[in-house]
Amino acid sequence: MAADGEGSDWPGALHRALKDAGVTRMSHVPDAGHARLIALCEDDPAMVTNVLTTEEEGIAIAAGAWLGGEASVLLLQSSGVGNCINMLSLPAIGRFPLLMLVTMWGEWAEFNPWQVPMGRATQATLEAMGVTVQRADTADELVATVESAAALAFKADQQVAVLISQRLLGKKTW
Amino acid sequence: MVAPATLDRREAVAALLADRGALLVVAGLGSPAYDLHAAGDHDANFYLWGAMGGAALMGLGLAQAQPDKPVLVLTGDGEALMGLGGLATIAVAAPGNLTIAVVNNGHFGETGMQRSHTGRGLDLAAVAAACGFAETGIVTDMAGVAGLCAVLHRPAAGPRLFVLRVEARNLPRSLPARDAVYLKTRFRAHLGLGVS
Repeated sequence: MAADGEGSDWPGALHRALKDAGVTRMSHVPDAGHARLIALCEDDPAMVTNVLTTEEEGIAIAAGAWLGGEASVLLLQSSGVGNCINMLSLPAIGRFPLLMLVTMWGEWAEFNPWQVPMGRATQATLEAMGVTVQRADTADELVATVESAAALAFKADQQVAVLISQRLLGKKTW
Repeated sequence: MVAPATLDRREAVAALLADRGALLVVAGLGSPAYDLHAAGDHDANFYLWGAMGGAALMGLGLAQAQPDKPVLVLTGDGEALMGLGGLATIAVAAPGNLTIAVVNNGHFGETGMQRSHTGRGLDLAAVAAACGFAETGIVTDMAGVAGLCAVLHRPAAGPRLFVLRVEARNLPRSLPARDAVYLKTRFRAHLGLGVS
C-alpha cells in the first residue's frame, strides 16, 4: 500500500516551515518516518542537531536552548512519548516553548503489536502533562499544522505536539 | 573501594563560583541547588526543583545556544545517575564550553541518605571518560577546586565532567526561588533576550 504522503515532499516543506518559524535546533531519536527530515536538518549548516539516547533528553535540551535564546524541535515516535512524561514538568512549570513532531505507530495497518499500547496512549499521555496535541492525517494538513504549532509554541510559550498519522507515513514492509 | 571524602560541599561550591565572571549555571534538584543558592543568588543561575536527570542536558542546550559563554552544570550524583544516557548524548554533541560538576556525597541526600550507586563504587568520571568527554577527573581537596575554577572558563576540545567528593552531611537548606517562569525570564533578561 502506498502511503498517503507518498509523492509529496512533506519533509522538505516541514524543514522550510521550521526554519521560517526560527527553529535552529533539532533533537531526535532514529525514526523511519522522520528519516528525511532528520537528514535535511543534519545537512543544514544553520541547524545544530543532537542525537538522543532517549526522548526525554530532548525536552531538557530544548528548555536549555530556549534559556540561551534558541528555538528547537524534537522529533520522536509515539513509543517515545511515554519516556518523556516526568521531564515534561520542566516546560510545563517554566512555560518553556516546546515543539514535538511525533510519528504515530501502532495505529494504521500496524504489523508489530508492541507498537500498539503506546500508540494508543500517546495523545492521552501528552494531554495529561499539559501538552496541546494537534494531529495531521495528510501532507497538506501536516505543513499547516506544524506552522500553527510552531507559532503556538514560540510565540505563546506553549508545549505542542503534532501527531503525524501512520496513514501518512505509510505501511512498513516486513 | 570508594576513597574517603574530605570536601565540605558549601565551601567547595562557593570557591568554584567565587570569581564566576560570565559563567552561566544550571543546578540539579536538591542539595546542589541549595549549594548554588548559598554561594550567592545570581540572574545567570537556573535552579531545577524537579526534572530529575535533565540538568546536564539543559546545560547542553544552553551551551549550544551560548557557545561563547562558559556553562556550568552543578548537580548531584543521584541526579547525574538518572540521566546517565545523557552523558553519551553530551559527549557526541561535544560542546567545548560545558562543564559538569557532580557534587558527589555517595548518597541520595534529599530522601533519607540512602547509599547511591556512586557510594557503592560507581565512578562517574570514568563513565564520562568512556563516553568520550574531553576532560574528566575527581576532586578531593580545596586545591583541586581552585584548579577547577580556571578550567571552567577556558574552552576545551569537548565537554568536561568533574566529580567533587564531598562529605555526606545534610546541611541547612538555602532555598532558591521555585518559580521557574521567574527564573527563566531573569536568566534570559541577563543574556539580553526578550520577554514574551
